Amino acid sequence: MSLQSIAKTFLLTELLTGLSVTGRTLFRKKVTVNYPEEKTPQSPRFRGLHALRRYPNGEERCIACKLCEAVCPALAITIDSDVAADGTRRTTRYDIDLFKCIFCGFCEEACPVDAIVETRIHEYHMENRGENIMTKDKLLAVGERYAALIDADKAADAPYR
Amino acid sequence: MDALLELWSGLPSYVRATAWILLVTVAVILSVAFTTLWERKIIGWMQLRKGPNRVGSLFGLLPGIFQPFADVIKLLLKEVVVPAASNKWLFRIAPAITLIPAFAAWAVMPLDPNLVIADIDAGLLYVLSLTSVGVYGVILAGWAANSKYAFLGAMRSAAQVVAYEIAMGFALVGVVMAAGTLNLGDIVRAQAGGVSNWFLIWLFPLFVVYLIAGVAETNRAPFDVAEGESEIVAGFHVEYSGIAFALFFLAEYANMILISALTAVFFLGGWLSPFEGVLAAGHPLAAPGFHWLFLKLFFFLTCFMWYRATFPRYRYDQIMRLGWKVLIPVTLVWIAAEGLMVYWGIGPWQN
Repeated sequence: MSLQSIAKTFLLTELLTGLSVTGRTLFRKKVTVNYPEEKTPQSPRFRGLHALRRYPNGEERCIACKLCEAVCPALAITIDSDVAADGTRRTTRYDIDLFKCIFCGFCEEACPVDAIVETRIHEYHMENRGENIMTKDKLLAVGERYAALIDADKAADAPYR
Repeated sequence: MDALLELWSGLPSYVRATAWILLVTVAVILSVAFTTLWERKIIGWMQLRKGPNRVGSLFGLLPGIFQPFADVIKLLLKEVVVPAASNKWLFRIAPAITLIPAFAAWAVMPLDPNLVIADIDAGLLYVLSLTSVGVYGVILAGWAANSKYAFLGAMRSAAQVVAYEIAMGFALVGVVMAAGTLNLGDIVRAQAGGVSNWFLIWLFPLFVVYLIAGVAETNRAPFDVAEGESEIVAGFHVEYSGIAFALFFLAEYANMILISALTAVFFLGGWLSPFEGVLAAGHPLAAPGFHWLFLKLFFFLTCFMWYRATFPRYRYDQIMRLGWKVLIPVTLVWIAAEGLMVYWGIGPWQN
C-alpha cells in the first residue's frame, strides 16, 4: 500500500464523498407526486380501459372484422359475429379479458373503423370474479359515457397519425 | 408551584427515583417511535422522496406525524407466530432480553447537570455490560427459532459484536484515561471549559472508532449483516412476527439513541454548551442543560440514518477485517499516544 492510499483510507475520504452526495440530496426538491391529490400528466395516447365507440348517429362502429382478435398477442379478445336484423355484419359477442390484456394497443391500431379504443381511464377496479371480462355491453357503455373524452384524445393525437 | 416542589422533595427518594425512571422510559419509548418516522423521512428525502406523509397531521403541519402509532397498532393486532420446532420459552424471552438493557442503560445517563437517575461511579462499566447483555437476546432469538437463517444471523451477530466491542471498549479506555473516572457525569464535567476541552478534539481517532463500532454494535447499516435481508432473509428475527418483532425493532432504535447519547457524553461534552468560554458566562446560550445533550444526540441519530441511506452493506469478512485488523490497532496506537500526552502534560487533562 502506498502512503497515498493509506492516507485516503484512514481519512475516510471516499466515505465522506458518499455522505456529501446523500447530504446534498437531502435538501433537493422532492419528485414525489401525492397520488390521489396530484397526478402526473397523461398523454392522449394513454392506453387504459377499453371502449367500443359508436358513430354520431348512434350506429355501432364495429363491423366484426376480427382484426383485433387476430392481432391480440395475449389472446384477450373473443368475438362472435352474425347478421343483424338490418342485414349488416355485427358482433354478437365482444369480450376482452382484462387479466389477459397487456394494454399494447394493437387492437386499436388494427381497427379499420376506429371502433375499439383504449381510453385514458386507468383508475378502475373489480370486486367479484368475472368482472374482469369486459363484455360488449360494458365496452359500449364505457364508449358512450366517455365519448367526449375519447373524441378529444383522438383529435389531439390525429396530427401524428 | 412552590407547594408542588415542596411536595416533590418531601417524597421518599425511591418514589422520586421511580417517577424519574417512568419519565425517562416513556420518553425513550416515544423517542424510539418518532425515530422510526424520522428515519423513514430522512431516507426518503435522501432518495428524492417525501417519506410517509399520510397518517395524520398537527394543524396541517408535519404530515405523517402519527405514522408510528399506526404502525404500533398494526403490529399489536397481528398474530405472534411461534414456530412449532422452536424453544418456545427462549423464543418468547429473547425480545425482552434485547429490549431491557437498551432501556436500563439510561439509568446512568447524565441528562442534565443535576439529573441522573443513578449516579454510580462505575457507570461506564454498567453501560458496557448492559449493552453486551443485549446481544444475548439476538443470539438467543436466532438459536431458539430453530431456523437456519435465524441461526446464521445469530452467529454473525455474535462474531461481529465480539470484534467491535473490543474496539469500542478500547476507545472508551482512552476516554477513561482522559477523564480519570468511570462516572459518566464526571466524564462530562472533565470536558468543561469550552469546545477545545471536548474529547472529540483530543481523542479524534478514538471518536471515529467509537462511531464506527457504535454502528456495528447496534447492527445498523452498513454493518447490518445479522439482519442482512438480501442475504439471509431477515437474519435472527426471521421467525418473529407481530409485537415480538416490534420489540426487536424497539430495541434496535433504543440502542441507536443510547449509542448517540453515549457518543455525545464521551466525546462532545454531554450537556455542556458548545458556546461555553466563547460567550460571556451569564449568557443563556453558554449555560449547560439537557437541550445541548438532546441536540448532540439528535445529530448522531440522524447520522445513523445518513449512513444507512449512503453506504451499501459490508461483506461479512470485510467487517471482521475492519474490526480486528484496523479498528483495534488504531485504538491501541492512539491510547499509547494518549499515554505519552498525559505523561508529558499535553492536552487539557493533566490538571
